[in-house]
Amino acid sequence: MLSRVANSIYWMIRYLERAENTARVINVNSHLLLDLPDSVELGWEPIIDILSSRDLFYEKYQQANEENVIQFMLVDQKNMGSIVSSLIFARENARTVKEIIPREAWEQINNLYLDVVTNQAEGFSRRTRYSFLARIILANQTIVGLLAGTMSHDEAYDFMKIGRNLERADMSTRLIDVRSASLLENVDEELTSFKNIQWMSVLKSMTAYQMYRRQVRMRVTREDVLNFLLLDKRFPRSLLHTFDQIEHAVSLLPNNTVCLEEIGNAKTYLISINPSTLLQDKLHDFIDVVQLNLSEIDNKVAQTYF
Amino acid sequence: MSIKWGSYKVAQFHDELLQKANTPRYCAQALCEYLRSFSDKELIQLKVASDTAIHVMGITFRVYHQEEGSIDRAWPFDLIPRLIDKKEWQYVELGLKQRVKALNMFINDLYNEQNIIKDGVFPVHLLENSKNFLEECKGVKPKHGIWAHICGSDLVRDQHGQFYVLEDNLRVPSGVSYMLENRHVMKRVLPEMFEQYNILPVDDYPSQLYDMLVQMSPREVNDPEIVVLTPGIYNSAYFEHSYLAQQMGAELVQGSDLVVENDDCVYMRTINGLARVDVIYRRIDDLFIDPEVFSPDSMLGVPGIMRAWKAGNVALANAPGSGVADDKVVYAYVPQIIEYYLNETALIPNVPTYKCLDEKEREYVLEHIAEMVVKPANESGGYGMLIGPHSSEVEHDKFRQRIKDDPRNYVAQPMLILSTAPTMIGTKVQPRHLDLRPFILSGRDINVTPGGLTRVALVEGSTVVNSSQGGGSKDTWIVDMEHK
Repeated sequence: MLSRVANSIYWMIRYLERAENTARVINVNSHLLLDLPDSVELGWEPIIDILSSRDLFYEKYQQANEENVIQFMLVDQKNMGSIVSSLIFARENARTVKEIIPREAWEQINNLYLDVVTNQAEGFSRRTRYSFLARIILANQTIVGLLAGTMSHDEAYDFMKIGRNLERADMSTRLIDVRSASLLENVDEELTSFKNIQWMSVLKSMTAYQMYRRQVRMRVTREDVLNFLLLDKRFPRSLLHTFDQIEHAVSLLPNNTVCLEEIGNAKTYLISINPSTLLQDKLHDFIDVVQLNLSEIDNKVAQTYF
Repeated sequence: MSIKWGSYKVAQFHDELLQKANTPRYCAQALCEYLRSFSDKELIQLKVASDTAIHVMGITFRVYHQEEGSIDRAWPFDLIPRLIDKKEWQYVELGLKQRVKALNMFINDLYNEQNIIKDGVFPVHLLENSKNFLEECKGVKPKHGIWAHICGSDLVRDQHGQFYVLEDNLRVPSGVSYMLENRHVMKRVLPEMFEQYNILPVDDYPSQLYDMLVQMSPREVNDPEIVVLTPGIYNSAYFEHSYLAQQMGAELVQGSDLVVENDDCVYMRTINGLARVDVIYRRIDDLFIDPEVFSPDSMLGVPGIMRAWKAGNVALANAPGSGVADDKVVYAYVPQIIEYYLNETALIPNVPTYKCLDEKEREYVLEHIAEMVVKPANESGGYGMLIGPHSSEVEHDKFRQRIKDDPRNYVAQPMLILSTAPTMIGTKVQPRHLDLRPFILSGRDINVTPGGLTRVALVEGSTVVNSSQGGGSKDTWIVDMEHK
């Protein structure tokens, strides 16, 4: 297949995955805020940090309040990571590979873009926000399912798999990093239950709560959550699982030695850590290394194939 | 309220569906009956359904706009199909095959022996003044003698129902994807009619195109590498490029994806390294195709591609230089061209055409400009033309001057009274003028699409059908009335 096409497919799927993840993060935050007492000032700022766009945000907005953050994360086209921007890029990339992906998938992507652009007002009202964002999530899942079920699992499909899992790993690590930092480690006894719901929100941001519960039948603890999100082999959004997926997809491509080596290194590093020793500072350092590894994998894939 | 065929005004035009008010043509009876059964509300629902289908399917075209840059617009589609009886169509099909066959022989002759000039049938000065005659193509003999593999000829009907060829598009004719998509939309919106009628299917076009391109491969291999070369997503016909590549299972490439190596072969850059390309269905104009030969600053083309083509290592469809025969001055000679090469009379007539280069004919045009349509020889898309009866005297004078300054570049035709067909305007049905662009594929055999793209001028009284200038389109049904 053409290098340019591989590149477009890879980015098309990354942007779609990004839109889905961002929608989920906003949704979970909206819910979390309803549960927390007024004395806990968590607010909307962490959302900006998850997408490392603090500087860009404050260039334009004074205050990280609900309306501004939603504006910034949902529709602001100056923000390359906003849902609308992601969908614009996803659609433009899809347009250039329309002849490769199944026609129905293109129609879905086009539809998702039109829906979000036309009905963006629904994202601002609290009453309609949930269903609006849930629709975005569902639409992307439909696209993923459609591709899995109707597209030949050929090289183009491998590039999608690499893109999707790299994006997922990237977002997961950001989420864990920011969310755990804003989790209140030294709060009063009476706030313990709130601490739990925050860890639960981390799980929910990655739709991991239900699966976590099936696996770990105890109360939600930091160590168990980290263990599950980082090292579970079977949960499709855990870091180790995404690495395995990337490794498998790359193993099917030609000239893959350099890429496989890079992924191998990243995996070795990931498996070597012990989540129970990862207190806040160490967790942050660890995530930094993982982030660097991810961008190195992305570089190697681009150098080899695009 | 619903459609009232009784108040439909056929006037002095030939209408495609009705003989006169309340009297549908034989082949359109079932359709008109069916359409009348809808209430206004149902008609609106149908319109919404078709608009939604077009939106969701992402059928768009791009319009260049001076202030706003280029914008994607949804494809304008009319609910009511245009019907042609198969018996009538068979004759048109023969006429088109005849025409394209002769045109290909003509192009091949011009770039090689030039017998038609030696025999005094075609004046040599026309060739010398032609912008589309490319010196670089002289002496090239493409496989099977075919230069214009894909041709889109525009047909119109006059008030008596006679078909004429208005122009031939031999360079990079576009629109076929819309023909195919119109049919898809129609099947979604009016499925009942497909049971009533025996409509010739059009879906076969991409396979025929693919088969024809395979025949052109210079290498005798089972599975030659075929690519569609597009200028990119900002081109107005990008939708079509992508669509055809998808339907053929061919790679859609841009200039930067291709490279010509020292062996004068064309390769594409893939994730496996370079891969040899055999046939290029190119949708880039001649002058941008190879910066080594033509526009050196073209970013769209592939340096060296002309070298590879002339060495016979790659096939280009259509061949560079084919445009020499779709010049509007050459058009005037097509009946003689058919007679010269095939010893036959043209089955479908030309619209009478006055060549401004000829002194007598020019005088006539200058005098009658208010009644005529004046066209520049090398423009397409309806740009740069004058429709005499619809223009002011100032514009007439402006064109008189242009003709005097550059007579070779202008031809003029009498204003045809184009045929009409019922078109939905709101919930009312009104007559609108239309044309028809069938597509003709030339390989070892010649194939004509059953029907083609019907373009309709949505503005009352207008005859400008180009989508870039407010035209719409209709599905075109060739109906077999003998085998229902």
